[in-house]
Amino acid sequence: MGKKLAVSWITFACCEDSSILFVELLNQHFFEWKDKLDFRYCRMLKSQGNDFEGTDVAFVEGAIATKEDEAMLKMVREKSKKVVAIGSCACTGLPSAQRNAFDEPTKREIMMIIERFGHLEKVHPIKDIVKVDYMVPGCPMDEKIFLEVLGKCLSEFGVQ
Amino acid sequence: MHKEGEFDIDIRHLSKIEGHADLEVKVRGGKVEYAHLKISESKRFFTQGVRGKPCLNVAQLVSRICGTCSIAHLMCCIEAVENAIGVAPSKQTEVLRHLTMDGLMIRDHAMHLYIFCLPDIFGADSVLELADKDKALIEKALEVKSAGNELSKLVAGRAVHAPFPAVGGYTKVMEDSKAKEMAHTLEHAREHAIEFVDLFKENSPVFERKTHFIALKNSSYEYIGGQLCSSEGYCISRQNFWDHLDRVVVPYSQATGFEFEGREYMVGALARMNLNKEALHKSAKKDCSSAISMFPSSNIYMNNLAQAIEIVHSIDHAIELLEGNEFKPEPYKTPQAKAGNGIGVIEAPRGTLYYALKTNEAGLVDYINLVIPTAQNHQNIEKDVAKLVQDQLDLGAEPQKISMEAEKLIRAYDPCMSCATHFLKLKIKKSKKPSRRAKMPRNPWAFAEAGKR
Repeated sequence: MGKKLAVSWITFACCEDSSILFVELLNQHFFEWKDKLDFRYCRMLKSQGNDFEGTDVAFVEGAIATKEDEAMLKMVREKSKKVVAIGSCACTGLPSAQRNAFDEPTKREIMMIIERFGHLEKVHPIKDIVKVDYMVPGCPMDEKIFLEVLGKCLSEFGVQ
Repeated sequence: MHKEGEFDIDIRHLSKIEGHADLEVKVRGGKVEYAHLKISESKRFFTQGVRGKPCLNVAQLVSRICGTCSIAHLMCCIEAVENAIGVAPSKQTEVLRHLTMDGLMIRDHAMHLYIFCLPDIFGADSVLELADKDKALIEKALEVKSAGNELSKLVAGRAVHAPFPAVGGYTKVMEDSKAKEMAHTLEHAREHAIEFVDLFKENSPVFERKTHFIALKNSSYEYIGGQLCSSEGYCISRQNFWDHLDRVVVPYSQATGFEFEGREYMVGALARMNLNKEALHKSAKKDCSSAISMFPSSNIYMNNLAQAIEIVHSIDHAIELLEGNEFKPEPYKTPQAKAGNGIGVIEAPRGTLYYALKTNEAGLVDYINLVIPTAQNHQNIEKDVAKLVQDQLDLGAEPQKISMEAEKLIRAYDPCMSCATHFLKLKIKKSKKPSRRAKMPRNPWAFAEAGKR
């Protein structure tokens, strides 16, 4: 068996629509990707051995809403050779970042939750926190761009 | 090292479910002290975010509450807005909505059953690992899932955040010839869907705990329309659902819980099958008769079998609608927005979904309040996990096995954490009790005023 691309998929604050789209892309690409991709951290697909160690490409879906998200994202960046922002929330923050634009009374209304669960003052797209190599925008992610980016990563890492 | 009979289960980020949740169980002296399902999904504040937005567009925003069941939010919100502003959909629109729901059920259940649950049955960790053992099985699974995805794409424009469904109608109607082709695609997937019914029937674990069930009931086992019925044997109108609910504050979770008539309950495919199996499509009834005869059931793992049967039913229901109707272009007319209160109640894949929505004279949303399936199941899940862990302890199981069984049990509910975090109010007082009932006004609009403070 040839070299595989070591990929990870992690989600932060979002609706996981791009995860769902990815699972639907499996309808056509399952057997091709099974041979080319080595899933390192991917909790939607597996329970055991979810680990970022040795990741070539990390797909990051969702916006960064909490201190915990921020620390996790930095760890993902450190352990991955490339980071791809997946979907609108990861690329732009929105719609998960809608609270950034709330008026003062609404901000007061949600303050208790913000404080209690370690939320950041503002919700961020991932490029605010770490270097991003590729973006796949869209709500959900644009399928065509995703396939192009994946193709690019496969050839960059020499996976046939 | 803990003493005998003293340990904690602490699973961070349960796997093969939608979204983020942790499980914490404390065992002392061989007894379960508590089981906490902590929903760690960050709240994204849609209930606040929709305020002041035009009511005709807001369904596309709430669709973003959830990736996998976005269509359920879209449909339920549209129903609520239509009830608020007094719009009645055309006959063809009603048919398209039922087809849209059928596509959602097929695709969403297929993801849960084939991608998340199937590996458990074969002792594999993932669908990737399972494909090495049985390639043909995975090919069949993907064909069924794909048929649901294609049905959604054809009728609603996309399976996730569908662009065509709107308040008052569809912005685009599929071509009639495509509808007939789709019926053939579904027909082909159907035989595999039946094989999966047999597979889940033969391989269902057993876990029983008496609880009660709530679901919408109507004469064609449709996911829109009908009355809300309880396994206690009575039904209420959809409009009155809120009157029977108590919200349970769960201080350690970013989600809330609900009780119906002061007790935990379960919503979802198992509830629907338990309450309404007589209304299943006649073809599904014929080809899945022995599986259907296993309901009603209080075994939560039968939720998987119920979903497998619902895939066949939804295929049959969709084929009948696709073949029995002539689909014609119907130009979309933008409805007139106005002030009003509207309620929407539908059956989402994971159970009853409720929207209460208030619009103002300018046609903007003043207020929205949601009751989410996974929030309704929260209390039931915790009680089940506590009993499961105790049962396993009494059988002498090791903590690692207990932990795996607990995760499998939670997975059987097909929980959706992205959805579960959407509720309007959270008030937590310092209390040593892990959870408590919130005093809830007997009026779904009561928070509307409070929200304006």
